[in-house]
Amino acid sequence: MNELNPTAIRLEHVSLRLGGRPILDDLSLEIPAGKVTAVMGPSGAGKTTVMRLITGQLKPDTGAVWLGEHRVDSLKSQALNKLRKNIGVLLQNGALFTDLTAFDNVALPLREHSGLPEALIRRIVLLKLQTVGLRGAAELYPRELSGGMNRRIAMARAMALDPDLMLYDEPFAGLDPISLGVSLRLIREVNQALGTTSVVITHDVGEVAKFADLVCIIADHKLVASGAPEQLGQSDHPLVRQFVDGLPDGPVPFHYPAPSLAADLLLGEENAQ
Amino acid sequence: MNPTERPTGWAAPFRELGRAALFLLTALAHMKISWLQVGETLRQIYFAGVRSLVIIVTGGFFVGLVLTLQTYDTLTRFGAADAASTVLALSLFRELGPVLTTLLFAGRAGTSITAEIGLMRATEQLDALDLMAIDPMERIVQPRLIAGIIAVPALTLIFNLCAILGGVVFAVFMMGNEALTFWSGMQSTVELWRDFGHGMLKAVAFGVLAGWLAVYYGWTARPTGEGVALATTQTVIATAISVLMLDFVLSAFML
Repeated sequence: MNELNPTAIRLEHVSLRLGGRPILDDLSLEIPAGKVTAVMGPSGAGKTTVMRLITGQLKPDTGAVWLGEHRVDSLKSQALNKLRKNIGVLLQNGALFTDLTAFDNVALPLREHSGLPEALIRRIVLLKLQTVGLRGAAELYPRELSGGMNRRIAMARAMALDPDLMLYDEPFAGLDPISLGVSLRLIREVNQALGTTSVVITHDVGEVAKFADLVCIIADHKLVASGAPEQLGQSDHPLVRQFVDGLPDGPVPFHYPAPSLAADLLLGEENAQ
Repeated sequence: MNPTERPTGWAAPFRELGRAALFLLTALAHMKISWLQVGETLRQIYFAGVRSLVIIVTGGFFVGLVLTLQTYDTLTRFGAADAASTVLALSLFRELGPVLTTLLFAGRAGTSITAEIGLMRATEQLDALDLMAIDPMERIVQPRLIAGIIAVPALTLIFNLCAILGGVVFAVFMMGNEALTFWSGMQSTVELWRDFGHGMLKAVAFGVLAGWLAVYYGWTARPTGEGVALATTQTVIATAISVLMLDFVLSAFML
């Protein structure tokens, strides 16, 4: 994928409504190959939706989603599955199979797709688990591990087939500072060692400069800014400033739309009488 | 349409039926045989079948016991107490065995299959399979569906066996009847194909139904605690109603 196109992922004028609610509106986005790109934005801005569009789990109402030279939104299921073998995805809660051990969770994609002998699969799995620091937990079940450990196992599973594209949905949530540091380093190392294109969906403004080459900020249903982390830090775009500085007042409302508090309280009193 | 969205309006039951039929056809179209699949199917047969044995054995034994008690009491009034074993065997093989086994299976294994698949959707495990280019229909639905089709007839056999044993315990050991009379009455009237074979055919049909409804309601469960709870209830209700209806239809054709 990377040799063919310097742009690994391209979303062109994508609009999507879910349950009648607009999620994305005419969003265009380009993610370069071989780089680590952070996709950021306030909660509910549509970051995970972008990931689901890239993986073909969702199709846009209008616009196109390109992965290299493949138009994902028009692929048939067989072609989509072929493409997905080259994509590693870390979902928000890890999504480990609870009836399988950590070892078997990581081995699953290898057993399914690689055709390698079991002895070799064992070595690969142990190496992947070693990378995330959980080789010793290979025979434990997800219920016997903490949330952060489960996410690290899920990360090892996502990397099992050494995919060309890694998508991480909130990889740092629930991690202690040590695991956080290791995960940051791991994302960078995978990117550098294998030339993997990495897309990291995160809220973590403080950490983004440590791992990302490019940051894209999605708000108000579209892409509002993109650039190197230090460029965005100096941006005077009001949406970017509010997000980077964590300000409650700004273009992105903190409160869900509602009548005024006074009116609501008075209405409550009238109803009580 | 999102699989977890339920049809609404006056035509909802028909649309639900259509969706369930489409789901079954999709599951059949996605069927694939591999060593991984065989292993997973055996595991599901163990969970759905072997782990249902306690309720099937206990249920079967007491159904046989009470059925013989009631039949014996009624037939004694007509001086035909010797026919109790015949009535027991015919009612078990033709009707009670397949129907009661399926109802017990739906309560024990059907709900567990529904809850498991529903929770897999709620915790994104189905999404994870999909994203790993592993077909969840093939990996999750197929083994459980096949497990239902194999487990229900096998459990029906065991249920019938235990019920007959219950009948023997009551008629021979408690009432002091001749064992020879009990067995010969049964042997002389029960026909292998017409009574036993038809009952087993019903059990296979009920197995398809119970497995299908369990995986369907799990697959379409809303990904919340409440959604999974509702789906398990729907599995039991839908299986019970449809098995009783199908039983009448099959009996009408088989007699």
